[in-house]
Amino acid sequence: MTEQLLLYPLLFQLLLAILLMFFWTKINVQKVISIVGGFVAVFLSGLLFYEVWTSGTQTVQAASWKAPFGITFVADTLAATLVLLTAISGLAVSFFSSASVIPARLRFGYFPIYHFLLLGLTGAFLTGDIFNLYVWFEIIIISSFVLITLGGEKAQIEGAVKYFTLNILASIIFLTAIAVLYGLAGSLNMADLSVLVPKLENRGLVEVAAILFLVGFGIKSAVFPLYFWLPASYHTPPSAVSAIFGGLLTKVGVYALIRIFSLIFTNDVFLGQILLVIAILTLFSGGVGALVQKNIKKIFSYLIICHIGFMIGGLAMFTKVALVGTIFYLIHDIVLKTNLFMISGLIYRIKGTSNVKLLGDLYDQYPKLSLLMFIPFLSLIGIPPFSGFWPKISLLTAALNTDNYVLLALIIVASLLTLIVIAKLWSEVFWKKGAVLEPRPHFLYFEKMTKAKKVQFILPIVMLAGVTLYIGFGAEHIQQVSERIASELMNKQQYIDAVMPQTE
Amino acid sequence: MKTLILRTASNYLLPILLLFSIFILLRGHYLPGGGFVGGLIASIAFVLHAFANGLKNTKRLLKFHPGFLMPVGLSVAFLSGILPVLALDEPFMTSLWMHHAIPVIGKLNTALFFDIGVYIVVQGVTLTIIFTISESA
Repeated sequence: MTEQLLLYPLLFQLLLAILLMFFWTKINVQKVISIVGGFVAVFLSGLLFYEVWTSGTQTVQAASWKAPFGITFVADTLAATLVLLTAISGLAVSFFSSASVIPARLRFGYFPIYHFLLLGLTGAFLTGDIFNLYVWFEIIIISSFVLITLGGEKAQIEGAVKYFTLNILASIIFLTAIAVLYGLAGSLNMADLSVLVPKLENRGLVEVAAILFLVGFGIKSAVFPLYFWLPASYHTPPSAVSAIFGGLLTKVGVYALIRIFSLIFTNDVFLGQILLVIAILTLFSGGVGALVQKNIKKIFSYLIICHIGFMIGGLAMFTKVALVGTIFYLIHDIVLKTNLFMISGLIYRIKGTSNVKLLGDLYDQYPKLSLLMFIPFLSLIGIPPFSGFWPKISLLTAALNTDNYVLLALIIVASLLTLIVIAKLWSEVFWKKGAVLEPRPHFLYFEKMTKAKKVQFILPIVMLAGVTLYIGFGAEHIQQVSERIASELMNKQQYIDAVMPQTE
Repeated sequence: MKTLILRTASNYLLPILLLFSIFILLRGHYLPGGGFVGGLIASIAFVLHAFANGLKNTKRLLKFHPGFLMPVGLSVAFLSGILPVLALDEPFMTSLWMHHAIPVIGKLNTALFFDIGVYIVVQGVTLTIIFTISESA
């Protein structure tokens, strides 16, 4: 039964979702199943990671159809790492949802849909088939549509419409790209494509397919000219939903970009240049956008965009050092962004507003909590030895080595912008004397909660802050993982051999 | 829409359509058809019944909320997929055939149960959607 270890995290999420559907109306049972299931999912993903780490890339040919005809599931180190991070963030958000999402929302199947979302994410990381990747993306966006509209407030619906429209557009473009590629190469298996595509005669059409992929995934991962849906929608759903969206949904787009451009469309100077320009503009516009926002969640939304730029920048340079930076940043960013949105939810619960202008003296009231929140903030800025610092070293080294001085400058500028944004946030929300707010009726304030509920609120934040600290102080381990992933990405032959052993 | 003709006809059409949906479901293994279409036809049978006799009567006929069919169908499909993993350590969704044919029915395989799962899920989803819409209308 160990041969199919790589499917267990995937199947387990499906099992959880089905199990949760049986308890549709019993919210308290759902909470328990979701949290306990989260622990098991972390354990299974950990096992998978250990297996991949010790004995190399794992593959399963679903339904025993041999690649390139069937659908292959592949767990290389990158996929296994991301599955593990999904499980960790998923567990934290399960915890946080059980305390922070109001029962009126939970009653309409919040938890089952949430686990379908995690299923989609896990599947997208593990699949080795490009059409299957599309299917997982569909599962992700359909579940995210439900999660973002659940509750049906006016602002929420408005955000959801924008989110819908652009994500469906992205899916259509992605599907078109697959169709073009399939028409050209006659295969959908990514390993097979990576052998076939470089041999194709019609380079112009290959380029077109590549650009279509870039646009499709670009919308999903919110890069420069395509990001407008993100700040317009991410602040509207409950914080728990924003947390999983902010932590993982854009990152799955980045993952797809990394996969496609390291495996299928490699050594393409034109694409590299485009990615470089996109990265530079994303870094700049995200950072500047964050400066002028007044809503905490909107600030964090713009910071997501800004920091996507780091990862795209590393991918654009496509040297080993640059990829190490990209992967390290990806690992650090998933945990951090999930945590940031949970923090924004906690602040909202304490004060009853997310408006920076109205918030204040949080440090005075909750000094210990404020210090806890300080850890992710420091990591976000990248003060050594916190986690944001280490990937930036790799990225800066790579930019110097490849003479990309504009990107080098923008990485520094974006870091500075992040610093300014967070410094402003800290002084406004934590130090400033806040406005006196009218207590809202029918609003459960944090101080009035029971002790158990308070723990449920704070524990996931502590947990992810702990993971962030580990990424920062145990950077050596994460660096090793990133280096191994980067060398696997640079040497695509090992991926091909793992999927199709008979090609030698 | 309480016309006598429709009401009388729908009482006969319900079992016929249900049988037809099962025929389509089983036919789908090699020929056009399958769980999805079969499920749609089965739900059409109930929708027609609801048109003729009113939603309340159809609900009484069904005895449980159609939403319940969704997790049931999903579990059937899930079990058919996981069976080869648990029993023989074959990859997920590998189709297993029975060694000996059952009289009249013939050889069964796990793909059939996957299709039955789809059949149930489609019914659950369609009926939930239609019932919800006609309740709120």
